[in-house]
Amino acid sequence: MTEATGILLSEKVREQLDRWMVRYPVGQERSAVMQALHYAQEDNGGHLTEDIMDAVADYLRIPRISVYEVASFYSMYNLVPVGKCIINVCTNISCMLCDSEKVLEHLKIRLGIELNETTADGKFTLRETECLAACVNAPVAQVGKKYYENLTPEKIDAMLNELG
Amino acid sequence: MSDIDIEIDGKLLKAKPNSMVIQVADEAGIYIPRFCYHKHLPVAANCRMCLVEMDKSPKAVPACATPVMSGMKIWTRSPKALAAQKAVMEFLLINHPLDCPICDQGGECELQDLSMGYGAANSYFTYGKRAVADQDIGPLIETEMTRCIQCTRCVRFGDEIAGLRELGAIGRGEHMEISTYVTHAIKSEVSGNIIDLCPVGALTSKPFRFTARAWELKQSPSIAPHDCLGTHINVHTRAGKVMRVVPRENKALNETWIADRERYSYLGLYQADRVTKPLIRVHDHWQETDWQTALNYTVEGLQQVISQQTADQMGALVSPNATTEEFFLLQKLWRQLGSSHIDHRLRQIDFSDQDSFPVFPQFDGSIADLENYSTILLVGSNIQKEQPLIALRLRKAVLKGTNIFAVNMMDYAFNFKIAGKKIAAPHEFIFTLAGIAKVLLPEQADLAEVSVSEEDRVIAERLRAREKSIILLGALALNHPQAALIRWLVHQIAKATECALGLLTEGSNAAGAWLAGAIPHRTAVGEKVKLGGLDAQSMWKQARQAYLLVNVEPDLDCANAVVAKQALAQAKFVVSLSVFKNPLLDCHADVILPIAPFTETAGTFVNVAGQWQSFKGVAQPYGESRPAWKVLCVLGHLFHLPGFDYASTEEVLQELKLSLQRNATTLPEVPGAIIQKNGVMKLSRLGEIPLYAGDSLVRRAHALQSTQAIIEGELLAVRMNPQTARELKVTSEEKIKVRQQGGELSLPVIFDKRVPPRALSIFGGLAATTELGELFGAIEVIK
Repeated sequence: MTEATGILLSEKVREQLDRWMVRYPVGQERSAVMQALHYAQEDNGGHLTEDIMDAVADYLRIPRISVYEVASFYSMYNLVPVGKCIINVCTNISCMLCDSEKVLEHLKIRLGIELNETTADGKFTLRETECLAACVNAPVAQVGKKYYENLTPEKIDAMLNELG
Repeated sequence: MSDIDIEIDGKLLKAKPNSMVIQVADEAGIYIPRFCYHKHLPVAANCRMCLVEMDKSPKAVPACATPVMSGMKIWTRSPKALAAQKAVMEFLLINHPLDCPICDQGGECELQDLSMGYGAANSYFTYGKRAVADQDIGPLIETEMTRCIQCTRCVRFGDEIAGLRELGAIGRGEHMEISTYVTHAIKSEVSGNIIDLCPVGALTSKPFRFTARAWELKQSPSIAPHDCLGTHINVHTRAGKVMRVVPRENKALNETWIADRERYSYLGLYQADRVTKPLIRVHDHWQETDWQTALNYTVEGLQQVISQQTADQMGALVSPNATTEEFFLLQKLWRQLGSSHIDHRLRQIDFSDQDSFPVFPQFDGSIADLENYSTILLVGSNIQKEQPLIALRLRKAVLKGTNIFAVNMMDYAFNFKIAGKKIAAPHEFIFTLAGIAKVLLPEQADLAEVSVSEEDRVIAERLRAREKSIILLGALALNHPQAALIRWLVHQIAKATECALGLLTEGSNAAGAWLAGAIPHRTAVGEKVKLGGLDAQSMWKQARQAYLLVNVEPDLDCANAVVAKQALAQAKFVVSLSVFKNPLLDCHADVILPIAPFTETAGTFVNVAGQWQSFKGVAQPYGESRPAWKVLCVLGHLFHLPGFDYASTEEVLQELKLSLQRNATTLPEVPGAIIQKNGVMKLSRLGEIPLYAGDSLVRRAHALQSTQAIIEGELLAVRMNPQTARELKVTSEEKIKVRQQGGELSLPVIFDKRVPPRALSIFGGLAATTELGELFGAIEVIK
């Protein structure tokens, strides 16, 4: 179940994780799984691989399958390679009423990709997301930790310039 | 806390505090429909099928997750409860295919049954159903994941019971799937239980699939023939042929589980190498013949040996999986013919303390008791492999807080946490126990040369803590060349700490063999024989002129294949009562009499705790095979011996039980021995038997064989610690030649940190490794 994978977590991830794990009682290391996956994903350039998930499981001494379960449950863990910036466009009701469809269309044309695809230069991934709780400023998109609000084609161009 | 009064469907009931409504209802015989709830699994409450009406609650509540409260009133069949159940049923059927006629589970499906009882005749759902890709999870279990209703019983079984979590719920919501994520074969040795747990046709038995319908099968109770606890099973037959094996609930032994070995060994029953007709050797060729001729031939052959030599030249060896009746009749026949050379302890080597054994190998307490000890010391056992269901008990105990210490010859990873361990190569193994004994008995002269480690103190102190503790000896300890010394040390430790003792013997009926006298030094009465016979090892080493083998494959079932082969080659007359053909017996036997396996004969197994469990034949005899007890009776008649007139196995058993009542033997003290370093041996072999190679039946179950290859990894290899490899100057890329007692074998090297230094692990029980001798003997590496 927990044979060594050979591909270990980088020293940086292990250091981050060791600091994080002291927050939990001894024997409850499994509680750190979400943070561990975030660290590992960041370290790997934005996505998780089976080997990395295995390494996380072995490091926390939990069954590998329970790491796969967590990683496949939450949409913020990426199980396939993604671009440097993930543009999450809200398509829920408020944004939809404020023309989020046009926002998406414009992004698709500008980036030359469809939903859930990544640009050839590996810079952008386009995604649709559920409500981001910023309906007052619909339509909204989220990139990393930043919200881009009251989006118009012009604002999108500016956003892409800023990010690119 | 005292019992709580609750009312279910107008019935006043007493309930234990903290129990759930569904448990109380089950005990009272009130059925509440359910999918995810199972009495041995943790509560998940995710199927919602068990919704019932509760007073003061505006909504229906799940009976499996609602604890009882005083004065609570529950209605399981009220309009509100029924409406809730019907609605849940409709939801469950949204994505479930409605094609029961082409599903293997059809006819024994909980979803099918409950939709008949609680569902609606039609659905409002008119959209497309979701489809889920199937996954290959090994040779034993077939998946059809579109049928899965995500009750997560299989996931919880792995987590809670088997202790190996391999299946999980991947994805979420509409996209959730039960899967291993990374496709691989399930490795648990009790994995088959998820087939029974699965309420739908998502997980079914791969070998059985689409071979029969549930309603065509006849279910008959039986006892499993491979483990020492006598697991209760139900055998399903169609037209007299065994189609599959499923568990039969028994709270004290196997609860609702069985191991894969028990579940799938039936696959070996009808293999092509099953003996169907009596065979005799005529001018060095096998000739099929009738029973009368074959039996006469047998009697003549044996009589010739007796008249030309003496009866002393005859040896009888019998599989430890034979029935008690077979043991009894065999020893009766043999002893009346004048030979006491009879044994069932085929893989054991050291018998020097056999006179001090009680009437059958000691096992204190009951199987169910195992979960109530506070400390358990496991000596020389890969328990998960040898006795998978006892391992489940131990896991249960550990989850309750038991400390288990392992003293072993390989650092096995068990499905339970161990509190401490001592690992040593076979030839150094004795010191691990001696250290513990010395902590307890510092004055003992025999232990003067022994040194004590910190671990020894910890284990000894835990055992001495005067809580309930037990020492369990497994097959590796019992088959060890110094087994008597191991037992002596264990007795010393047990005496000093007042803890219980249990010998987990190999085979399904070792206790029965002792009781029935299939041992060289005692008769069925448990009385000492005046002139003791030869034990299983000596019978091969001091080769006899005639052998009678009952369901024994000498090269695979015995401790030392080399001497067995030599002895058979020189023997004048070899009779084999066998279920299957064996290449070695094909060369050396003179008569092969086809006998019935456990499914085709009546008999009794006595489990390790001394529980007598009789079973009946459930399938038709294959070909012309006959129950071995009948064959032995006829042989008795043909030899004109008195006392072989039995009409049934019950009569045999009755006679045996009557003789046992007379028995009251006093046991001699176990002799002590000086524990000292053995300077000669440098390297020893650890000849463990692979997971599914223990007896002739499992060796022929193809699905188990493919599973074994997946679980055990490369079977034909030398596993060694990297440290040993450095000392021997070998690398993992090369093949090395090993030599043992004249036999040589070239094998690839695998580095394995579980193997202790100075030991080479090479599997026994395989045709390819029979060139090597003793399973635990000295071994050398010649490059």
